Amino acid sequence: MKKGFLVVILILLAVFAIGKTYMVGTSADFPPFEYVEDGKYVGFDMDLIRAIADEMGFKVVIVDMAFDSLIAALASGNLDIVIAGMTITEEREQVVDFSTPYWVADQSVVVSEGSGLSITVLFGDHDIGVQTGTTGDLWVEENLVNTKILTGQFKRYETFVLAMTDLVNGNVDAIVLDSPVAEMYAKSRPVEIVGIIKTGEEYGIAVQEGNKELLNLINEGIKRLQESGKIEEIISKYF
Amino acid sequence: MDKLSLIFNSFPTLLEGTWVTLKITFLSLGLGLVIALPLSFGQVYGGKGFKAFVVVYERIFRSIPELVILFLIFYGFPRAGIRFSPFTAVILGLGIRSAAYQSQIFRGAIQSISATQMRAARSLGMTKFQGFRHVVLPQAFRVALPPWANEFTIVLKDSSLAYALGVTELLRQGGYIISTSYEPMLIYLTIAAIYFIITFAVNRSLKKLEEALAIPGFEIKESIR
Repeated sequence: MKKGFLVVILILLAVFAIGKTYMVGTSADFPPFEYVEDGKYVGFDMDLIRAIADEMGFKVVIVDMAFDSLIAALASGNLDIVIAGMTITEEREQVVDFSTPYWVADQSVVVSEGSGLSITVLFGDHDIGVQTGTTGDLWVEENLVNTKILTGQFKRYETFVLAMTDLVNGNVDAIVLDSPVAEMYAKSRPVEIVGIIKTGEEYGIAVQEGNKELLNLINEGIKRLQESGKIEEIISKYF
Repeated sequence: MDKLSLIFNSFPTLLEGTWVTLKITFLSLGLGLVIALPLSFGQVYGGKGFKAFVVVYERIFRSIPELVILFLIFYGFPRAGIRFSPFTAVILGLGIRSAAYQSQIFRGAIQSISATQMRAARSLGMTKFQGFRHVVLPQAFRVALPPWANEFTIVLKDSSLAYALGVTELLRQGGYIISTSYEPMLIYLTIAAIYFIITFAVNRSLKKLEEALAIPGFEIKESIR
């Protein structure tokens, strides 16, 4: 009975929201989650948010900006939704509200092909690189740098491609990066993944703090897509 | 994909970004010009209050990093209920900063024309405005051209900051290609070449204009060619 009531409310909400257009922020330089192909925003996240919008009957306009600006733009009301392979963290949760997780990722340790380095690259006098602001960044700092397990240099890069380029150029020994992104890169470039750090971080879709209505809409959308198997379809398209 | 065809295939996308970059540059410079002219006149001919205002304006906007100005406009103004599109915010941000620099270019140019010229004009019966319009301005314009060309290149390059607010200009389009092609150096080199060509072409044109306006014997610059 109670569940039926909830469904009715949600359907009402969905009907109410028909035709409503939401501004969706992303940072389209993170394949396979979001990138640009023939001038269009594509990737797992992009398909997912469009599928949720279709399912729940609202429209989305994708806005691309620097990853660091996304939360600020959400807080100031320039965006309604952020989907950008964004890990749910406590710090972020203080400023925005996250949907139920739609993806679980780990961190990969990547080294140059033929360098002979293994997972032990994370210890001692090795130089490790990360993409600024990512979970890899936080993890390495917390677990390796602060604990002095890593005595080499710790380098932060603006994008993961620059980090990888420096790795291939031989200026760092290893890169710690979200595994799906690392795997995709390793397919075409002379690098190899020598280990996975099971951080189990969860990606969430962010909305403005307190925007329950929109959050419920998104959560219901994710649930329905999981049930209908549509999410699996999108996953197999990109991974 | 081999490297040459990557550059070739990237070109339409990069040109699209170049068009946005050019729009940002010219609109910001134009806005800067519109604000700067009255400011510079005011600083030279205006009263004490206006002069002080211009000095404060100029000091403030020359001291803040451009990116901070952009963030203040784009994320700050919505708090006061004023909302700009990213593109408008960028034009405003680059424009008001450029106005601070341009006002000093014009002030310097006007002041470089000897005050005795104005006195001479007045002695011929011209009003102050006529003296400015017919005697000071034509000379000051020529003096202002080279530093103004420099300001153009500064605004052109700073337009790349627009991507932080979500405007897809040249650098951002390049970023898209890099994130899937994994070829940062190749794309950055192509982008550098595009910026270089624009800067070179515009500076050349302004140089031609300067030469067309030159009066033999009244040159300030050195005569080495």
